[in-house]
This record gives sequence, structure tokens and C-alpha cells, in this order.
Amino acid sequence: MTFVKIDRKEWAEGVSALKKGYQVFGPVKEGPGKEEKDHEFRKLSGDQMPEMDYINTRLSPKAAIYPQSEVMFTYTTDERKDDHHILKEPKRDETPKAVIGIRPCDALSFLLVKKNFDTPEYKDPFWLRAYDATTFVGYGCDAPCSSCFCTSAGSGPFDEKGLDVLLADHEEGYLAKVLTEKGKALMEKAGWTSAIDAGGAEKVFGEKAAASQGKFESQISTDKLAQISSMDLYDAPFWEDIAFSCINCGTCTYLCPTCWCFDIQDECRGCDGVRMRNWDSCMSSLFTLHGSGHNPRGDKVSRVRQRFMHKLKYYVDKYGEGIQCVGCGRCVRKCPVNIDIRKVCEMMNQYDPEAQNECACPTT
Amino acid sequence: MSAPARQLDARKGDIVENPYLPYPVRIDDIITETEDKNLKTFRFVFINPEDEEKFAYMPGQFAELSVTGKGEIPIGIASSPTEKGFIKFTINKVGLVSSYLHSMKVGDVMGVRGPLGNSYPWETLEGKNVVIIGGGFAFTTLRSSIIYMLENRDQFGKIHVIYGARTPGMLLYDQELKAWEARDDMNMHITVDGTDDPNWKYNVGFVPTITEQKAPPADEDTYAIICGPPIMIKFTQPVLDNLGYGHDRIIMSLENRMKCGIGMCGRCNIGKDFVCKDGPVFTLAQLNTMPKEY
Repeated sequence: MTFVKIDRKEWAEGVSALKKGYQVFGPVKEGPGKEEKDHEFRKLSGDQMPEMDYINTRLSPKAAIYPQSEVMFTYTTDERKDDHHILKEPKRDETPKAVIGIRPCDALSFLLVKKNFDTPEYKDPFWLRAYDATTFVGYGCDAPCSSCFCTSAGSGPFDEKGLDVLLADHEEGYLAKVLTEKGKALMEKAGWTSAIDAGGAEKVFGEKAAASQGKFESQISTDKLAQISSMDLYDAPFWEDIAFSCINCGTCTYLCPTCWCFDIQDECRGCDGVRMRNWDSCMSSLFTLHGSGHNPRGDKVSRVRQRFMHKLKYYVDKYGEGIQCVGCGRCVRKCPVNIDIRKVCEMMNQYDPEAQNECACPTT
Repeated sequence: MSAPARQLDARKGDIVENPYLPYPVRIDDIITETEDKNLKTFRFVFINPEDEEKFAYMPGQFAELSVTGKGEIPIGIASSPTEKGFIKFTINKVGLVSSYLHSMKVGDVMGVRGPLGNSYPWETLEGKNVVIIGGGFAFTTLRSSIIYMLENRDQFGKIHVIYGARTPGMLLYDQELKAWEARDDMNMHITVDGTDDPNWKYNVGFVPTITEQKAPPADEDTYAIICGPPIMIKFTQPVLDNLGYGHDRIIMSLENRMKCGIGMCGRCNIGKDFVCKDGPVFTLAQLNTMPKEY
């Protein structure tokens, strides 16, 4: 494992150098009144630098790999052309991408989402090509927010899963832990090559991780989710209560790093058309509406149940590798009616269908 | 039967290729099937002949039909893999894509993406008696299955088919139905809910009633494949229960709204399973352990 020290000056020069070989994404505040806004991951232009004084972005960085709208194919409906009505993949910008300053929770989310897009039977070429072309430079968290719960969701403030490089704040700059060959190539491109003693650096990372872990205020329990039967959880009495205040706005699904559902739509202007895919949301009744008018998830309760069951039960059962949540806390912070996945997870994890029956059927 | 292996090979092909890219096809023939003109059968020919081999399918699978500028719809394959040179789909006029399709003409170019989903369990069905129960326009993959079984007649036991529609004019594939009725190596029971045609020489009565009268009693070696509107399934299931059919001997094909068809876009799930990829064919025993989200 290589460790590299980056001082402030090298940092600025390195980011500029990276822009010559990569599309660089980083956390920034943009637009009018930006001081009041949250950070977002954006492609950095010209002399724009990642603003590293942030806790986490409003939306997850998933759009760097998986844009909210993306053209899959183009075509012409002009029958005078030889290739009319034949779909073609458009030329894409194949410049490698670097996502700088991504938090460890968000880095893990790409590994979870990959299970959906990279299967033994089918490979999603759009997602996989973008993912393979991307180098993830993580940024360890010294100060988690009160709604962060990554330490009980398979990640942690200095977790390395899904990362190519992990940065830690250190003295007047950063310490970088180079984790993969991809990471090594990026470090060289940036000119960040001042290797330092591994033992000392490893100790710094360990101490910082321990200090940060002590600051977490919330955690979830997921230990029983795999054992409870899916149908028992599906039929549990608490879904009405959980869904009561939900307005099906879909905010949770759009800002979630692990929500991957999409829609496919055709758009035409004159004879030129595209087939594109757009993020979609299980909170929308159109998501499942049949042509006949029948809707298998036609009411709000069934849609809210779907979202939590998918993240905390169906995914658990399908892959056997934990929950489809990395504990970033965005949905907790941004839900307009304060629905809290930590509480829902607790209700699901603690659910005992037999105790329910006892309550419902007094023997006297 | 080497068919399931072919199916796997076809899927391997999809990995190399973009699974969202349809094969270009040309509309070769269009038949209006029903008296309400709401159902048409489209026959497609692959524009690149080598694509036909890649589109190796088994009865029960479906495909996404792609119309540029409109979108895609998931439709069960009505032709049988034993029919070469074309593929067939029978399409009900319902939404944006299917309505536009109904206005298209022979010679028009469109796309077909697939084959998708599992199929009826042909390995399990080999050497077994098969009872096919269908209603209305949900007879398309059942047509595929019947043609396939008749072409491989020695690989199956007794074949019963019970198929009903509201009126004689609403039955799909009426010429084929009559030809099957005349065969002595299968038991074909055509029925209609009602008719004032004095020359109607087949059954009159709802599918569940005819099933009660004509379906063979259950045994270990007899499987029922049932496809139809929810109301037909609701009343046929108790009939099969009374006849003693185990729920692992009752095979059903589901529909849900779909986009990708390959288990990625997230909308057609029933619990952890996707209708598009893990289905559309499930046994009733499987469905009993799944949410009723279909």
C-alpha cells in the first residue's frame, strides 16, 4: 500500500493536471444564491476546484456514472434514408472520469448498484462502461452528521470499499492512501507522488477513523432481516402507519445513491429521434400502471412498502450480502414529512409475527 | 430435448451485444384476428438473417417490440420455435405503442428485442400430460406451446386444450383451432361464453365450467398451464383444486408493466423476483409464497 502526502499547492496543481486527462467531478456550490445551497457533485470546469469543506452533497454522486437522463440510441424516421427506423448508439465522450472527494458511503453505493447492472445473464453497457472508466478518490469523514449511519450499514467514515484512493485531512493538506492500480495511475497523472512512510501514515488513518467513529449518533440493526419471512414482513401491520404521512414525492428515490430504477422513453423532433432512459421512482403510481388500468401497486401504502422492502428485505434475500442502503442519511435529512429509514429498519428488524398474533387474539 | 441449452446460448449472445438494442425486422403479414378488430397478429421477418438464429426462443418467452418514436411493449411470442423464417405476435390495441402498431403496414421496419424471460418448463413437461387452459387474448404463448408440442408429439403424453372467448368471433387463430379439433392425437375443447349462431358446433359455457367437465383428473404426471383474464383464473383455480391438481402442477404466466425486460429497471418485481427475468412463468406453488403485486 502506498501513501502519499499532498500539500495545498500540490493539490491545486494536481486537480488542474487531472482535468487534462479526465472529466473531473467534485463537490461544489453553484448558481445564484449558492452560499445558501447544498453542495452537489458537478463536472468541474476550467479553474473550478472541488470544495472539500463539505459534509455531503444534496444528491448522491450517482449521476456521474448514471445521468438522470441519458440517450441510449438515436434513429431517423425519414424513409428516404437507408437506415430509417434502425437504432444506433451515439458517439459518446469516452474520456475517463475522476470523482474527487466522494464520501466512503457513496463509494460503497456503486458496488451495491453494480449488482443490478452487472448480472450473469445481462450486462448494462451504459452503466458498466461509465463505471469502468471512472476513478473514485474518496475523502474520509472527520465529522459525520447526526443522520449519518454508515457504520451500521456496511461502510464507515474511512471505509475503502469501492474506492481507488482514500484521502484524509492531514496538517495543511491531505494524506492519500492509494488503493488500486487505477488510483495509482490517477496519482501519477496529478503529480501526487511524494510517497511517505507507510507505518506512520497507516497509524494516522487508524486514529482518524477511530475518532470519527466515536462521533456517530445513530445506527441501525439489520441482523434479523434475513430470517424473517418476506411474506410476514409484507403483511406486517405497520405499513399503514409508516406510509400515513408520505406524499409520494419521490425525493428519497432521487437523492438515494442506491436507487437505480429507470424508465425508457422515445422522443422525436421532426424525423430525428432518441431512445433515452431517465431515473424513475417507485413512489409514482405510473411506475407500475398496466395498460388495462390495473395497478399492482396502485395505493400509496404499497409503494412505500415496496421501497423499504426492496432496500431492507428483497435485496437482502436476493444477494445475501446485506441491505441496499449505505447509511448516507440523505433521505432522513430531506424527506419533507420526516419518514426515517432508521426507524422503519428497526420496526422491520424487530418484527415478530407471532407476538402480533398474540396481541390480536386476547384469550379471555 | 436440447432446447433449454439453446436458450442459454442465446442469452450468452446478449452479453456481448447491447441487450437494449432491438433486432431490425420488417412486417411481413398482418391478420386481424377478432371481430372487434382490436387484436391483430403481426408476422415479422428479420432484416439481418443471422439475427433469427440469435433469437432462439422457447414457448412462453416474450419480446420487447420496438417502434421508433413511440417506445417498446412486452408481448408474448405467439409463433413456435418449430416455425422457421418468421416470428409472430398477437397484439391487443391498448396504449401508445400498440395503437400505433395497429396503424402500421406490411413492409414497415421496426425492432424486436429478446427473447426475454423464462419459458414454460419444457424439461419438466417432457413425457408428461399437459392440460392447456386459456381464455380471451391470453392464448398467444399457448398457441406457441401447442404448435411446439404437436411438432414434438412423441415427447409428450396426453394433450388437452380448453380455450374460450366471449363469442366465436373473439377466438384467436380460428382456422388452427378447427384443425386441432379435428386431430385425434389431442383433445381440443373450444368454448364461447354465448352465441346465437345456430351452426356453432363446439361448447358453450365459461372456461371454468368446461374445465370441470373436460379436464382430466389430476395425477403426478399431469400439468396444467393456465393463461387468461384474472376473472377466469379466479374461478378456474378452485376447479383444478377440486380435480386434485397440486399447486406445483399448475403453471401460470404473469404480466406486469415492463421497460427493460432484463431485470434492471425495477418496476415489474413481485417481491424479490422480476416478472421479466425470473418469470413470466411461475408455478402456483411459487406464487403462493409471493406478494400479490401483479
